[in-house]
Amino acid sequence: MAEKIKNRDAFFNPFSKNNPVVVQVLGICSVLAVTAKLEPAIVMGISVIAVLAFANVIISLLRNTIPTNIRIIVQLVVVAGLVVIVDQLLKAFAYDASKQLSVFIGLIITNCILMGRLEAFAMGNKPWPSFLDGVGNGIGYTIILVIVGFFRELLGSGTLLGYQVFPQSFYDAGYVNNGLMILPPMALIVVACIIWVQRSVNKDLQED
Amino acid sequence: MKALRNYLNRVKPNFEPGGKLHAFRSVFDGFETFLFTPNTTSTSGVNIHDSLDSKRVMIIVVMALMPCLFFGMYNTGYQNWLGAGAQSFPFWEIMLYGFLAILPRIAVTYIVGLGIEFIVAQWRREEIQEGFLVTGILIPLICPIETPLWMLAVATAFSVIFVKEVFGGTGYNVFNVALVTRAFLFFAYPAQMSGDNVFVSTRPILGLGYNVNYADGISGATPLGQIATSGAGEQPLNIIGDPISTWDAFLGLIPGSFGETSTLCILIGAIILLWTGIASWRIILSVVAGGLLMGWVANTFQTPTYPASFLSPLDQLLYGGFAFAAVFMATDPVTAARTGVGKYIYGFLVGVVAILIRVYNNGYPEGAMLAVLLMNALAPLIDYCVVQANINRRMRRTKTSA
Repeated sequence: MAEKIKNRDAFFNPFSKNNPVVVQVLGICSVLAVTAKLEPAIVMGISVIAVLAFANVIISLLRNTIPTNIRIIVQLVVVAGLVVIVDQLLKAFAYDASKQLSVFIGLIITNCILMGRLEAFAMGNKPWPSFLDGVGNGIGYTIILVIVGFFRELLGSGTLLGYQVFPQSFYDAGYVNNGLMILPPMALIVVACIIWVQRSVNKDLQED
Repeated sequence: MKALRNYLNRVKPNFEPGGKLHAFRSVFDGFETFLFTPNTTSTSGVNIHDSLDSKRVMIIVVMALMPCLFFGMYNTGYQNWLGAGAQSFPFWEIMLYGFLAILPRIAVTYIVGLGIEFIVAQWRREEIQEGFLVTGILIPLICPIETPLWMLAVATAFSVIFVKEVFGGTGYNVFNVALVTRAFLFFAYPAQMSGDNVFVSTRPILGLGYNVNYADGISGATPLGQIATSGAGEQPLNIIGDPISTWDAFLGLIPGSFGETSTLCILIGAIILLWTGIASWRIILSVVAGGLLMGWVANTFQTPTYPASFLSPLDQLLYGGFAFAAVFMATDPVTAARTGVGKYIYGFLVGVVAILIRVYNNGYPEGAMLAVLLMNALAPLIDYCVVQANINRRMRRTKTSA
């Protein structure tokens, strides 16, 4: 049994102090892949929140009946089932976004944040704290996704959620969108900047 | 000089602890040691001081770059005059035109780059490092003349911050700062950094020069750019459609990035660097060897799929930025391999990869930049392997003798 964690901490810690992306450095691949535009980043974030919250609750309910030897398989089955549901829902109600995200919704199964939370939290806590932990971590992940997506879309395409931000006069004066922001390497650099800012604000996160 | 020294002595108290400008101590320190040899000596321990400190090294590299810079000025003007169909080429007007074309670019890179260095040095309370002296002149030399100034500023800021300062400043960077600037420009603004219309200055500056109109059948494509897009084995042409001879390519009277067209001037620079012992002859030699070998291999197995494979190995060395990269980029002591054998391996691979990218990837007609950056990343690995091999050899020797 893991040590007792307050509900409030389970929910709010992942926002910043224990953020899954910039502190635990999990789920980086999907941050690179889906953040070229803001909209898919938001959809992806919501999908991960949903999958993570419900997977946490289900695993937490089952935690005393799962044999230790096959727990990873059970977790995977649960996550896979939820991902298929999310995928189908997106296809039904947000077809464009689901096309843009293509394979990355399916790849939520392999997102390290999910396995991490299930192993580290849901296997040792009651359903309600697990739910809060799932939602909290999902939001922590989404925050980073949105920040990265915001800067990449703004600087790379000059738009936000598809709306033109820079007026045409900028382009007439010689401004050009930064093509490098669309490419995955810049996502890493933006994430690095977030980590930089966060660690200079929170001194206790700094490593020697 | 005397007046300058007196002035510095007069303002110095302001920068000492307790003075009102103490916060800017490192700025003052930077200027003072730049102008005069510091008169401080070490107070403890045994230290060996060489008069060749990093400021002198940087200045010699800058001097070695001067032939390329002056030739770049001439070539910029020459291409403008040529494109406008001029019959005579007045030397001083062409030089002045080229000077006016490059001056704002050099100014922008120095202001942005040095500005960031000064700010970071103040912030960290360190001495100002002089690494940007060379980088600041390299960046305009390896960019097309028509690069917009704000792009240069953005790219310079990006690479100084993310390639140099975050790793700890001069001497700690993993990648060559000037080349990352170029790579950033290349990937962020491909339309402004490649293609046919960026390598020739097309507008008059302060009444000098002419308007070059691309509608008149002028093509500003570089030789490598033409080869990548045209059919197999065609002779590259200069901007008014005459064939480019090997001699032209050697002299550098071809369209290209500002300072890297002239192999002759690069050779002069190389001689300065080698004579003063600043660049490693091992690296330059092995880059050329690697380039020649790969150029020969590509030329032996020439196919129309890859038009650049029809270039002779010698032309591969003369066109594009290969020679410049070999002499000024690959030899950067911070980012190159440091072991003796490692330098041979590093340089050889730079040469091979440069031609490999150039020939077999038509999307990147210029491979030298990417080759050097790639090998920058691998240099520590090469050094590690060389050192480890050395250790293993000696271990075996002790075992057999024991």
